[in-house]
Amino acid sequence: MIQRLFRFRGGIEPPPHKQESSAAPIRPAPLPPKLVVPLIQSSRGSARTIVTVGDKVLKGQCIGEPEDAGGTAIHAPTSGTVTEIGRYPMAHPSGLASLAIVLEPDGEERWITPEPLDPAHASREELLLRIQASGIVGMGGAVFPSHIKIGKDAAVETLLINGAECEPWITCDDRLMRERAADIVAGAKILHQLNGARRILIGIEDNKPEAIAAMAAAAQESRSGDKAGVNVEVVPIPTRYPAGGEKQLIRVLTGIEVPAGKIASDFGVQCFNVGTAHAVCRALAHGEAMISRIVTVTGNVERPGNYEVLLGTPVSSLLALCGVRPGTNRTLMGGPMMGFALPSLDAPITKGSNCIIAASPALFPPPPPEQACIRCGTCARACPIGLQPFELYWASRAKRFDDAAGRYHIFDCIECGCCAYVCPAHIPLIDYFRFAKSEIRARDEEHKAADQARARFESRAARLEREKAEKAARLAAKAAETRASLAAGDTALIAAAAQRTQAQAPDNATTTPDPT
Amino acid sequence: MLSWASPDWIVSTKHAPPIRYGSGPARLTGPDFLQPMLAALIVMTGIALALGAALGYAAFHFKVEGNPIAEQIDALLPQTQCAQCGYPGCKPYAEAVASGEAEINLCTPGGDDGARKLSELLGREFKPRGVTVEKLKTVALIDEQTCIGCTLCIQACPVDAIVGSAKQMHTVVSRICTGCELCLPPCPVDCIALVEEPRTPQNWRWKYPATGLKVVA
Repeated sequence: MIQRLFRFRGGIEPPPHKQESSAAPIRPAPLPPKLVVPLIQSSRGSARTIVTVGDKVLKGQCIGEPEDAGGTAIHAPTSGTVTEIGRYPMAHPSGLASLAIVLEPDGEERWITPEPLDPAHASREELLLRIQASGIVGMGGAVFPSHIKIGKDAAVETLLINGAECEPWITCDDRLMRERAADIVAGAKILHQLNGARRILIGIEDNKPEAIAAMAAAAQESRSGDKAGVNVEVVPIPTRYPAGGEKQLIRVLTGIEVPAGKIASDFGVQCFNVGTAHAVCRALAHGEAMISRIVTVTGNVERPGNYEVLLGTPVSSLLALCGVRPGTNRTLMGGPMMGFALPSLDAPITKGSNCIIAASPALFPPPPPEQACIRCGTCARACPIGLQPFELYWASRAKRFDDAAGRYHIFDCIECGCCAYVCPAHIPLIDYFRFAKSEIRARDEEHKAADQARARFESRAARLEREKAEKAARLAAKAAETRASLAAGDTALIAAAAQRTQAQAPDNATTTPDPT
Repeated sequence: MLSWASPDWIVSTKHAPPIRYGSGPARLTGPDFLQPMLAALIVMTGIALALGAALGYAAFHFKVEGNPIAEQIDALLPQTQCAQCGYPGCKPYAEAVASGEAEINLCTPGGDDGARKLSELLGREFKPRGVTVEKLKTVALIDEQTCIGCTLCIQACPVDAIVGSAKQMHTVVSRICTGCELCLPPCPVDCIALVEEPRTPQNWRWKYPATGLKVVA
């Protein structure tokens, strides 16, 4: 069947730089001397540690339980000893520390006994629970918990498997598709079993012919395996950044434009990265939790390539493996378009780290000086969302955050960087948008805290008022009672009071004290 | 016959009453005059009564509880409830500003920014107080080794953010604490300190992109 393709608006065609790292097969990265496994590995909550310092753990053993329904579990990437639970710098543009479990490998790589779950004989709930317990999150970079996405009660027509990998330099999905196509297709079928889609489409950019061939072969094989099964189709799509964005890929393959504020599930589409499908297959068919991922190491290094890296491996040890060439001035995590410069090379690889780029001024020349925006509109033509980046820029720059959020919809921006790439004035637009977004979020948090403080202050004032009134009422009732009993001729009270007085001062109870 | 040639078509002023300018004794007198006067009076009184009834109905049925201006002011205040303005909380201060008895620049946590917002809302003149709000948020922290469990800080806290009871250790729920410092003076053993809220990747903010300086020479 010939698939009709659609165009998404905007987009750019930057030099791909894929061949540097795509030639060599995936190699396992050696064990580092210590692994730092962060407790926050999903966009929807962190894990709660269930080990203590000194515990011996096995490879694949759960060391962090999900804190709530949105969290995902984390696992020991290798066998060894927990040496510390403390704050470590994270793979985050701030370089700030957050809680992590530090593991010292024993070098034996002893696996915990795997418990595969046959999807054919498991209920939907069991499968979802296993996906959560295996710590599976979206591996395309957003680290959204997969059990939430696939567990949505939505009528799904199309299951998309995202193998577009549109960002320059990154080739981890390419290599994964070439080498482990069967697992990806098997994972896609498990996901399909969970959402009941009518068809599975695997979208791959046409600059990856080997991956397309491998995936097509795997899809063919799976078709011949079960005749009644769902139709798995591999669709080459034109190479145009950002075709791998979720909404862009949905547009290209199905023609559906997911509007702002809506999610793809509302339109009968669910989209998973090839890495996620692969991880689902490993977790269910092989009982292996998510403890490693494929990371592209490229840029200014001697041996660029793709490595299977245990989560928690420091970026520095990965770079040492590839031999950083002199002249490297910074290290990017993620691609050159959407990634960020790592403040510290001690940061560990996490579930969302797809690429490490050693950047040098020769490969990534510093941008020419920023010039004034003349509202030429080039950015608006490149924007795949249809925003007006120049208006967003003016609003963010002037800190008119209400305009940025309300009028120009800054939260629909996916920070793909197309606008900054084409800007003839070399304005770092994405920096402005990220700044504005974080300021708006902080302001909203402040407002929430203020509302909470106001409510608590008012409820406290009401409580104090009520307590005062209650006390007054109690005293009044008591006084009325006493008065009533006195009026009724009850002299016992007076007698008792007189007795008390005498008991307290027996000497002068009958005589008035001498005024002198 | 009317024709452009003869000026007859122009209304002749010969038989028309002379045009009167200014005020003078009206020509119409007696009942002829009273009739339009009465009609006007009736109409005007009717309109007045109808509008009055509408206003009365609105005042009764669409009555706004509380003071809407005070609420708008309260929404702009930082809700620290620190009482540094001299009023027992943000709401009492908002009410005082609304009634005109308090200045708009008394709020310390709100600083000059807050005062400027109030001046925009109320149209009152902005007076700087020389306080900037570029201060990191702080929260109270009780040194639990030193705390004697006197409950004085619990009574002082305007937002009930301190947990504990008599002769039991107290602790601050930092998520709720507004950093108002009201718990500091009552503490007999000085075991409460204000600490900066730790920066985490979750509450970290991107910095304002540096704009290059223009080279003029």
